[in-house]
Amino acid sequence: MKLNRKIKKQLPAVSTASLPDIVFILLFFFMTVTTMKPTNLLVENTLPNASETEELHNPDGVIKILVGKPTQTMTVVGNAPKIQLGSKFGRVDDIGTYVLSEVAKMPEGIRTMAMVSLKVDKTVGMGIVGDIKNELRKVNMLKVNYTTVQGDVFQSL
Amino acid sequence: MAIKRETPEVNAGSMADIAFLLLIFFLVTTTLETDQGLDRLLPSIENEPRTIDINEKNVLRVNLNRENQLMLEDEIIDIKILREIAIKFLDNGGSLPNEKNFCDYCNGNRDRNSSDNPNEAIISLTHKRKTAYGFYIAVQNELVGAYNDLRNRESQKLFHQDYVDMEEEYFDENTHLVRKETLKKQIKIVRELFPQKIIESEVINN
Repeated sequence: MKLNRKIKKQLPAVSTASLPDIVFILLFFFMTVTTMKPTNLLVENTLPNASETEELHNPDGVIKILVGKPTQTMTVVGNAPKIQLGSKFGRVDDIGTYVLSEVAKMPEGIRTMAMVSLKVDKTVGMGIVGDIKNELRKVNMLKVNYTTVQGDVFQSL
Repeated sequence: MAIKRETPEVNAGSMADIAFLLLIFFLVTTTLETDQGLDRLLPSIENEPRTIDINEKNVLRVNLNRENQLMLEDEIIDIKILREIAIKFLDNGGSLPNEKNFCDYCNGNRDRNSSDNPNEAIISLTHKRKTAYGFYIAVQNELVGAYNDLRNRESQKLFHQDYVDMEEEYFDENTHLVRKETLKKQIKIVRELFPQKIIESEVINN
């Protein structure tokens, strides 16, 4: 009996036919779980950690106010903490008008549920936050959410 | 001569590259949302300031100074024990069983010099202009945590479910309306047992 049948040395090529499918699944995953970056950040925004958080239940009725030091590219405006309203810097006095105009843009049904999400850098002093809270009280926007990152509180101190 | 009817196969080799490009585009332009936080209700502006008589023993004074230190009454304490202190204060139930405001569900020390009843216990939180926001949030978190711990305890006793889980279920879109109604009632009962009474104010000088 002859046993000198030649064994194929070459490995068969791995089929890459399903690779597009895999990538498409990944693509759809990211398209569904992420959202478009709403605005460019003009201020540094490292949010503090908190553990007793609640989710924002109604993302359409949320008005965001960002506070922090201007980012590296924005140092022309100085180094003191600034308020970002929409895509622009704003002063404390502008908050009332900004919030009211944002509320006016919302569909009527959710206006009463509108709330303000304060995204404040953790190094910022409480003074400016207190001023913002006072402005919000003046226009009767009393529902406030201190937006935080879910995590251990003591780690971020 | 017969014409070949078979259409040539489309080369799908570059499909993966196209999909990768799209994938990378979405990875770069989108973010995972961080829409979680501590909900607070600001007090509305009133023209005439109201004055209420409060017994000093029903107030826990928490002060944050500009060096990011936590002062309880006049002592500097570590933030890690704040939750424990707050629970002890809220859960004290100092009034006697024959008094009107006796707290029959409290498990505290029943110290006569601490709060009478969770309904009357008030936490006063003050901060300076220079107190760091991160520190303030940590303190707020611990105070809310103290309330949540106590509410969870009572909720387990009454409805065999954590208070925070009930809230989560209530706000979940998939929860049935009938269930929501009962949850709403239960949440209200638990909230009334330990109402959140936190007074915030800013100290202007120095």
